[in-house]
Amino acid sequence: MIITEDEIRQEVLNSIAQNRVMLFMKGTPEMPRCGFSMQTVACLKDTGAEFAAMDILPDPRIRQLLSEHSGWPSIPQLFVDGQLVGGSDIVLEMFENGELAELLGVEQPELEPEEPATDAQAQSAPMGLENRLQG
Amino acid sequence: MADIAEIEGLIRTALPGSEVSVEDMAGGDHLYAHVRAPQFTGLPLIEQHRLVNGAVDHLLGPGRPIHALKIKTEATQ
Repeated sequence: MIITEDEIRQEVLNSIAQNRVMLFMKGTPEMPRCGFSMQTVACLKDTGAEFAAMDILPDPRIRQLLSEHSGWPSIPQLFVDGQLVGGSDIVLEMFENGELAELLGVEQPELEPEEPATDAQAQSAPMGLENRLQG
Repeated sequence: MADIAEIEGLIRTALPGSEVSVEDMAGGDHLYAHVRAPQFTGLPLIEQHRLVNGAVDHLLGPGRPIHALKIKTEATQ
């Protein structure tokens, strides 16, 4: 079956419109295929809020059309109420300062997904993970 | 391999009055930018990050000098 660009665009826009919390990521929440996507999923799961997710990897046009819509170049991208909230840095920062829970309308969890570390350390973990997944 | 000084300069030019520090986190193409700027005041994080990304847009992405740019922003007076 051939899927057209218009159909993909419509699917992307529908998913943003129909899901209050919508995450575009590499892989799935159960099996993220990139450390940045994994970190964002961990933040969302820790808040306990429900979210929908779409894997952008199966067709390169998904990412292209999504980024055209959002004006945001990288993956993951989190949308809440149809608005782009941000990528992995922003979601992590908002998770840590409680703004994510507030935005999602849930209680701020007491546990954090990882120990707050220096920025270099915080970054090396997801990247190491990404390398292992690709290896 | 990205030119750190050039990237710092681009961000400073885009955000006059900002304090910018860029470091290499891995391999010369995974960078961390810490930016303090008065322009961030009152903006959501996504818009703050857009201002930083916009300054180095042409260097960012697959096949370009910066593969990933981690950003930390702070609003200054």
